[in-house]
Amino acid sequence: MIEFRDVTKRFDDGTTAVNGLDLVVEAGTITVFVGPSGCGKTTSLRMVNRMIDPTSGTVLVDGRDVSGVDPPTLRRGIGYVIQQAGLFPHRTVLDNVATVPLLTGWTRRKARQRAAELLELVGLPAELGRRYPVQLSGGQQQRVGVARALAADPPVLLMDEPFSAVDPVVREGLQDELLRLQAELDKTIVFVTHDIDEAIKVGEKVAVMRTGGFLAQYAPPAELLTRPADDFVAAFVGKDRGYRSLSFVDSSGVEVAEVPTVAEGAPVESSSDWRLVVDAEKRPQGWIAPDASVVPGGSLYEVGASIRGALDAALSSPSGLGVAVDGEGRLAGVVTARQVLDVIESRRG
Amino acid sequence: MIFADAFAWLVDPVNWSGGKSIPVRVGVHLLYCLGAVLGAALIAVPLGLFVGHTGRGGVVLVGGSNALRALPTLGLVTFLYLVAGGGSAGVLIGLVVLAVPPILAGTYAGIQDVDRGVVDAASGMGMTGAQRLWQVEVPNALPLLVGGLRNAMLQVVATASVAAYVGIETLGRPLLDGLRVLDYGQFVGGAILIALLAVVLDVVLAGVGRLVVPAGLRLSSRGRRAGARSSGAKPRRRGEPAPVESGGSTA
Repeated sequence: MIEFRDVTKRFDDGTTAVNGLDLVVEAGTITVFVGPSGCGKTTSLRMVNRMIDPTSGTVLVDGRDVSGVDPPTLRRGIGYVIQQAGLFPHRTVLDNVATVPLLTGWTRRKARQRAAELLELVGLPAELGRRYPVQLSGGQQQRVGVARALAADPPVLLMDEPFSAVDPVVREGLQDELLRLQAELDKTIVFVTHDIDEAIKVGEKVAVMRTGGFLAQYAPPAELLTRPADDFVAAFVGKDRGYRSLSFVDSSGVEVAEVPTVAEGAPVESSSDWRLVVDAEKRPQGWIAPDASVVPGGSLYEVGASIRGALDAALSSPSGLGVAVDGEGRLAGVVTARQVLDVIESRRG
Repeated sequence: MIFADAFAWLVDPVNWSGGKSIPVRVGVHLLYCLGAVLGAALIAVPLGLFVGHTGRGGVVLVGGSNALRALPTLGLVTFLYLVAGGGSAGVLIGLVVLAVPPILAGTYAGIQDVDRGVVDAASGMGMTGAQRLWQVEVPNALPLLVGGLRNAMLQVVATASVAAYVGIETLGRPLLDGLRVLDYGQFVGGAILIALLAVVLDVVLAGVGRLVVPAGLRLSSRGRRAGARSSGAKPRRRGEPAPVESGGSTA
């Protein structure tokens, strides 16, 4: 657990980066600090491992005031991942990952063994360990950065805009990877980003900060979307927030209906109905229009997954019928947008 | 022909034996150069490391080292010779003063040039100041540091000739004697020897640089040129192992 108690940071030039921050980061969660530049999110993060000391107030890690701990000792017990990874260019990937174990007095052999395990954990092939950082792609460098932070198995991980410098596709992969790792490792993670979509995706709790170092709202992502505390948060969360908030509503209340199907490759004639093409395993393959032409299908959603997926399936389907599948990808039934909206309306109560 | 004369002087057996022979002068010249660069390194490297690492005193350092550059070496050597009452100390000090600025600049720039993210990560991993300096900053500063040493060596090799003015048998001797008696063969021969010595020493130091600069850094300057396959890899500002700046002799 990390606790900020009335923490303020003023820099020498007179700017106030963090203003009376009171906040508890619960153990075993990913907590995201998000906000525009100058809102103090990075400063707040850096006060946890004493890269910056607060002007006033207290920061506690697991109940212990960090100001009483010698910085190098404190930092060796807290993982640290930064933008562009900050890998040591003169060391091999393996030795980069082994940094903290070596600092804490492990033998080189043991530290390298541990580093090799971590490369595997973050999904990098072992032979990459012999390369130098410059020989890796941006995404690979970032994975090495995460592995390096995890090497001494610290309970707390600080991540300062870790994925900002990579392209969107790679970033999405890294976010998924982080969530997978977290499910396995159960660390207390503080994650700083300026990207609200990233915050909503990876955060279990999100602290929205405002220029001048004020905490605007601290809530689970669904609540930010549905009940923003003020206009600033509403504007920062952005457009489509009504639609995006549906990601946090499950679709279990939506009843699926039967739909006429046609086996793949079977002859078809025109009819008054749309018919769904399924393969031998009953997996949806597309639609047959009333005039017997073949039309590619829309998005699919899994029964019980978010209602956003159900609505999107209905909206994107050429027949207006959203296709639900089970965990194996087999047809479960169809829904209409009207049905999904009715469920949303009724949930609103 | 002046070059024929120079060649004749260079191969004349008379110039290859005795206390004033070419080998002796090369040796003396070399000794002064090595001594001066070594002495300058002992002063400039720790100072450059300190200022680069702490970030304190950079302005004073740059100003001071530029002021040193402005000193005319010939005047300085003569002055120190007179003050020290003869001997080689004055010459050596003069050459050290000349060699300090490029080494200082190379060391300081080398440390300053280390990627801020790398330095931040080093601290954030829990390195102490000294660990950060020796394990991260110094290895990454080596290309520019070695560049500073090479630059200093080139200047000192050229300038050690002035020691001849105060009676020391460096390769400046044939230049002075040659000029005095209008023996241009001797003059040009001496100049060729100095140039050769400079080239040889530079090649040797370049080789040393190749040995001490970590492989990851050599790759990074190559990788950058090759345009790297990496998507979104950061642009790296890494110094080439080349002299920091090209200062001429002030003799």
